[in-house]
Amino acid sequence: MSAAGWPQLDMAEQRKIRVLVAKPGLDGHDRGAKVIARALRDAGMEVIYTGIRQTPQMITEAAIQEDVDAILMSILSGAHMAIFPKVMELLRENGVDDVLVMAGGIIPDEDIPAIEAMGIQGNFGPGTPMSAIIEYVRAHVHSDRLSQQLAPMSTAGTAIETPGTGDAAGQAAQ
Amino acid sequence: MAATTYLPIVERLLAGDRRALARVVTLIENNAPDTRRILAQLHAHGGRAHVVGFTGSPGAGKSTLVTATARELRKRGQRVGIVAIDPSSPFTGGAILGDRIRMMELAGDPNVFIRSMASRGSLGGLAVATRDVVRALDAGGFDTIIIETVGAGQAEVEIVRAAQTVVVVTVPGMGDDIQAIKAGILEIADVFVVNKADRPGADQTAAELRMLMSLDERRKERGWRVPIVKTSAASGEGVPELVDKLAEHIAWLRESGQLASRSGRQARSEMLALLHQALLAKIEATVSPDEWQQLIDEVVDRQRDPYTAADEIARRIGLAPSLGGWE
Repeated sequence: MSAAGWPQLDMAEQRKIRVLVAKPGLDGHDRGAKVIARALRDAGMEVIYTGIRQTPQMITEAAIQEDVDAILMSILSGAHMAIFPKVMELLRENGVDDVLVMAGGIIPDEDIPAIEAMGIQGNFGPGTPMSAIIEYVRAHVHSDRLSQQLAPMSTAGTAIETPGTGDAAGQAAQ
Repeated sequence: MAATTYLPIVERLLAGDRRALARVVTLIENNAPDTRRILAQLHAHGGRAHVVGFTGSPGAGKSTLVTATARELRKRGQRVGIVAIDPSSPFTGGAILGDRIRMMELAGDPNVFIRSMASRGSLGGLAVATRDVVRALDAGGFDTIIIETVGAGQAEVEIVRAAQTVVVVTVPGMGDDIQAIKAGILEIADVFVVNKADRPGADQTAAELRMLMSLDERRKERGWRVPIVKTSAASGEGVPELVDKLAEHIAWLRESGQLASRSGRQARSEMLALLHQALLAKIEATVSPDEWQQLIDEVVDRQRDPYTAADEIARRIGLAPSLGGWE
């Protein structure tokens, strides 16, 4: 509690943005991931760092358990076109539809349209200023997640896969 | 119809939905508007889990030991929840939560749920919301819930208010025996672990702890001899013995009636904390920031002392006359 001001300042504080920084694939070079984790921390975010050699299953499971607002995958090995689709598929299967998914590392320009089509944003290459990444996270995290309301998952995970029209038709028939 | 209508998110949590559990934890951490209703409903479904706290200095190997302990508990068929707390930066409020790095091998197990928490300015080794997060995991049906505290020094003893069994983790070569007889963290141990026992000096550390324990009259009266377990978390050595001791301790707590009195103390401190919050909220609603600042300035300028300034605020919220002893 600060010397001046409200005794309850703590509670009035802004909701913290939680970011999962993950290193998928087999390369062990995590200097970049650690530098970014540190920069996000210094920007006031809570960063869950998973360590190297994460499988898509591990990333998805961590994102669910930690209920993160954003996932940032750092990849240097060139395996992104194998790993990213799997991560996105698992997230979708588990009904995780309100999380900002970003990537960074070495990603050739020609792959970027395909990656963006998967719903992965950012694609921060070498030399991206930290401030750009921080601003990107702040601007793109789903705003309803950050409202204090945090509407407790009105869209259930499983409901997304069932086509809405079919359901409605089924109910109308009864 | 039914006696209780549960909130949808509570229903999903009780049915074992991990996303619902994770979201409830987020709501708790952020003190979101619905949290109290959710917690009130969850409370009725708790009380089954064994809550174990692991504390000790940074680098003692807590995360690795927690992982090894969870793995052993899984072998014994238990579902395990883990709450791992790391410090928030006092400057930016940000945090790097790195406990999952050591817990990687538990990552694929659907019967393990790991949640990292930042301490968010709390100084006792836990986060403010830790007990409520444990309440959510308890309702979620986990048999053992492990709380890993912030790497603690000598006085971070909040864990006793959240756990039923406190494991204090130490390592060889952490200082002479005077370090160990200082008050604080050593007094709260229900089980001692000398981790990294493959290192030189482990036997000596264990012997020093044993001697200290033998001198402790207060503990003898209570009837639980604090065991000292040597482990090497990295290799898994000693971990089954540790898990045996945890089971023995909770069994002893139940038989001796200590569990009920511990729960009573914890409920009491929890209610006091809530009342404290309510009081602060009442003050916030009654006294404007300007008035508050003015009182602070007057105290700083020595026109007023902090006692009469606090009296003034208490009077404003209608407390002073009934408290007695004022002026």
